[in-house]
Amino acid sequence: MTETKPSTPSSNPTPVPQPPTMDRRTFIKWSAVGWAAFAAVIGGYGTMIVRYLFPNVLFEPKQEFRAGLPEEYQVGEVSERWKDAYGTWIVRDSEKIYALATICTHLGCTPNWMQNEAKFKCPCHGSGFYMTGIHFEGPAPRPLERYRIFLSDDGEIVVDKTRKFQQEKGEWSDPESFVTV
Amino acid sequence: MSDQPNALAKFLDWLSKTQVAKAIFRTGIPKNRRQRMTVMLNNVFLHLHPVRLPKHAVKIKYTWCMGGLSFFVFLVLTVTGILLMFYYRPTVEYAYGDIVDLREQVPLGIMREIHRWGAHLMVITVWLHMFRVFMTGSYKPPREFNWIIGVVLLVLTMLMSFTGYLLPWDQLAIWAITVGSNMAGATPILGAAGPGSNLLALGDVNFVTSASDARFAMLGGRFVGEGALLRFYVLHCIGLPFIIMIFMIIHFWRVRKDGGISGPV
Repeated sequence: MTETKPSTPSSNPTPVPQPPTMDRRTFIKWSAVGWAAFAAVIGGYGTMIVRYLFPNVLFEPKQEFRAGLPEEYQVGEVSERWKDAYGTWIVRDSEKIYALATICTHLGCTPNWMQNEAKFKCPCHGSGFYMTGIHFEGPAPRPLERYRIFLSDDGEIVVDKTRKFQQEKGEWSDPESFVTV
Repeated sequence: MSDQPNALAKFLDWLSKTQVAKAIFRTGIPKNRRQRMTVMLNNVFLHLHPVRLPKHAVKIKYTWCMGGLSFFVFLVLTVTGILLMFYYRPTVEYAYGDIVDLREQVPLGIMREIHRWGAHLMVITVWLHMFRVFMTGSYKPPREFNWIIGVVLLVLTMLMSFTGYLLPWDQLAIWAITVGSNMAGATPILGAAGPGSNLLALGDVNFVTSASDARFAMLGGRFVGEGALLRFYVLHCIGLPFIIMIFMIIHFWRVRKDGGISGPV
């Protein structure tokens, strides 16, 4: 009752009980802890969400595939056998076999092999490439890329799409970019 | 005939005194300027409109009504887009067939056409709106912040177009997104084909590869396939509309706070 009537004169005033207070230093300390915890949670969730967007399992064709025996390819032939499944042309010339990527170096469309004109022609913007992959017309700035190719122990051709060889970097002379037959 | 308005007035008077009417319209029938203003301020839909409107602000010649038309087209796109979602399935197996069915089999086959032409129209009105704002100098203080919000809205409109472009899943869509996403692959440092992509590496292990770069996050795969279709669908229908609406709220709010539409402040 004395608390509600502070104006009542009293010879022995009882001290008004105050709620426990926190001094400035303690408050700042705990708010720093609080904000740090908040930032850690937001940062953690943010990292998790970014990681979530990168799938662990891809339902895509394998990056390495067996392409049959060298005898299955004729000299001077551009084989479209693996074009749909693995995005690769197997080309055999008089001395070697190499694997061309079916990705146009202009903007990434898939060119078509024109047997009569003996060239790759991209339907998007008209880039043209020779059988070797060298570009000669249209906006493509550089030749088609070649994939790593080698013979397995049982003599079968294996194409490894994780390694690419670019002509303009002088990588087509790399022995891993072709198989001699 | 002569007592017809009287009866109507009596009826309205009675109606306005019912508890239902009082609960919904708390200010009652407005009879003077002050009451009219309270009606405006107490109604969620009416309060979106300004209480006062300067005469010059409603001149079509000055604003071309392009901001308002952009918003109107956005509403049309929202309604038609939701209706399209009832038939469209974002999978490699069904997407293209569903788009054809939307035109050939579904009642009101024009719905998809409205959505598509509306999308074209929105890009046009947004650009013209920007052009008008530039030509009338409406980007100047105190409206410079709202200009930035507007640029963000322009980019979001483009992203809506870009993500929507893939959904018909025809040859044009797939290759257009292939070309577009290859640009993401050419991002400096974060794109596998971009400059400095081998900077983020630990010894021989390169962190930015075709299976971990910006393009991969966008497509959910190494090429435009099932993952890309689903990602673009979710972004087109939920992600981007959600963000664009937040920015539109800010944009419209700041139009009011920065001195109303058009005209000198």
